[in-house]
Amino acid sequence: MSAQAGVLKAGAGGIPLTAKRESLTADAFRRLIRNRAAVVGGVIVLLLALIAIFAGQLAPKSYEVQVLVDNNKVPQWLVSVFPSMAPYAKPTTEYLLGADYVGRDLFSRLVYGSRVSLSVALVGPVISLLIGVVYGSVSGFFGGRTDNLMMRIVDVLYAFPTLLFVILLMAFFRSTFAKPDPGSFAYGMSQLDARMGGLLFIFMGIGFTAWETMARLTRGQVLSVREKEFVEAARTVGAGNGRIMFRHILPNIVGPLVVYETLAIPAYISFEAFLSYIGLGVNPPTPSWGSMIAEGGSVIRTYPNQAVFPALALAITMFAFNFLGDGLRDALDPRLRGTQ
Amino acid sequence: MGRYIVRRLLWMILVLFVVSFITFGLMHAVPGGPFDREKALPPEIMANLAARYHLDEPLPVQYARYLYDVLIPRFHLMEKGPDGDYIKPTPSLLDDFFVRFHVGPIEFKWMNFGPSYASRSRTVNDVFRQQLPVSFQLGVLALSFALILGVPLGILAALKQNTIWDYLGMSVAIFGVSVPVIVLGPILVWIFGVSLKWLPPTGWGAKPPYVMGLFPSNLGPEFFKYALMPSLALGLVSSASIARLTRASLLQVIREDYIRTARAKGLVERLVITRHALKNSLIPVITILGPLFAALVTGTFITEQIFGIPGMGKYFVTSISNRDYPVIMGTILLYAILLVVANVFVDLMYAYLDPRIRYD
Repeated sequence: MSAQAGVLKAGAGGIPLTAKRESLTADAFRRLIRNRAAVVGGVIVLLLALIAIFAGQLAPKSYEVQVLVDNNKVPQWLVSVFPSMAPYAKPTTEYLLGADYVGRDLFSRLVYGSRVSLSVALVGPVISLLIGVVYGSVSGFFGGRTDNLMMRIVDVLYAFPTLLFVILLMAFFRSTFAKPDPGSFAYGMSQLDARMGGLLFIFMGIGFTAWETMARLTRGQVLSVREKEFVEAARTVGAGNGRIMFRHILPNIVGPLVVYETLAIPAYISFEAFLSYIGLGVNPPTPSWGSMIAEGGSVIRTYPNQAVFPALALAITMFAFNFLGDGLRDALDPRLRGTQ
Repeated sequence: MGRYIVRRLLWMILVLFVVSFITFGLMHAVPGGPFDREKALPPEIMANLAARYHLDEPLPVQYARYLYDVLIPRFHLMEKGPDGDYIKPTPSLLDDFFVRFHVGPIEFKWMNFGPSYASRSRTVNDVFRQQLPVSFQLGVLALSFALILGVPLGILAALKQNTIWDYLGMSVAIFGVSVPVIVLGPILVWIFGVSLKWLPPTGWGAKPPYVMGLFPSNLGPEFFKYALMPSLALGLVSSASIARLTRASLLQVIREDYIRTARAKGLVERLVITRHALKNSLIPVITILGPLFAALVTGTFITEQIFGIPGMGKYFVTSISNRDYPVIMGTILLYAILLVVANVFVDLMYAYLDPRIRYD
């Protein structure tokens, strides 16, 4: 018995594989490190995370205190670079990037705004994975009529504009005119949301809309893996549904799912920015880059700094996550290199 | 094939019913009504408004009434007046939101999508007639831009895999997905509209009447001056995903056996690519065109907002927060119809592109 095990463990040349074996993770990490764009992306993401965590220490001013006399102030250096701004500008050296229409420091709001974007980048994939993977794997694993029904439900939801869901969700819990009764579920939810600065419903909105694609992807993967010989083998030795699902199928499909989620992060970030832009995202005065772009957009002809800086911050963040996601995909699954 | 189309159409009708039902249920489940104000209106006025728009009826009756008004055409004979012309009956103020036309002496009226509660003097049909063409033009231009940029970029990147062209193409793609409209829009407006003054920063070049109700009548430089920035901003993200998809799928197809066969029989490389590889590699691209088209035509709120374009997007978003029930139903159904029709069209394109796909 032990001799047999030894043979099984040995590589082709009779050398035990354990002698110089690189784990899959270490191998993937090595490939990731070699990808320069991905490293740059990763460093930026890390920096952003640090900025978000230490926003309180980094921001020179408060993000909510309004100094009305300083409204729409433009920094001196910007006027020197773009003289076309001079006719309307009230130059200042006190604010690094200027002040917004009620005199709040743009730079501080930009720094605090990173918190919203990054928490969405963190929580979005978790929600989408939790719902989508469970739904998709149940559908794919049981197949037949269950699968058909579950996928038709997803089809109908697909024909549904995601925006409607989210706006209705916001309208339901944040209605200005019809406040829910204190003590009810809806009231508790809107209280929690208000305490989170509006993030709760953004998370829910992303969760509601992101899981459908995830479910389809998972189902497809499960369908292809469950017919493989090793699943049949596991079944022959008496493994139950749960064991097959968690020990044999899920570990084999997790790669593509994680890759998909990483590449979806920029979509979540831009979705949050979109929601905040149309006024359904974070509650003021919580700063979000999306709401800052919306506020600045209305004065872009005279004070372009108010919209352009948050737009640049958003673009840099999206670039970083895209580079990192691309690199992760190449590293985790070299076969996928350039095929997705 | 014919049977397949019939089956898809039946499935489409079912989907539309389900979508309309869910939308109706959801929007009435949300607290607050269309006439709630900061300072509440007197109960008598509220009751009158509710009666006027049939909001006092039970929900199932309201839903049935909506379907009846939209789906069932009415017609009646018109009488001749003293001057020999047909007398058009004076529309009843209460429910005249129909589309009307007459064939000889018979007047038809149907597709009553209802009034808009928020802007009192307009009906949902008015919104469709005036705003949809603008969104349609913007959507089509953005989609064309996405295809014109995305497909060649993807092909170039795939054919010259791992060369400078490949990296260049994929950098453009990453740039595209990293710079959504919300970022690109304000920056474009600032650079080309405000600083350089090359293009009008806001507005839309086409005005009614539209050709065939959808297309601009002044397809000249004036129109494109207005359309250039918004369609570029809107189309860039899609062009990035199209480029990635084209590249991925072409790379896959090039490794197929039939491509090797085509090369082995001595076919010129150009023909191998155009005749054999491209046609098959475009299938995944076609797949995303359906939803993309529907989304670009209806879901362009931000683009329209940033560039001051009078399209559908505003109505889509504001109707929900205003609880403007008929506009919500109308816009959602329009979106759903666009989506399912686009998907059926996509399926038919499959059969054309890949003769192995047969529907029966």
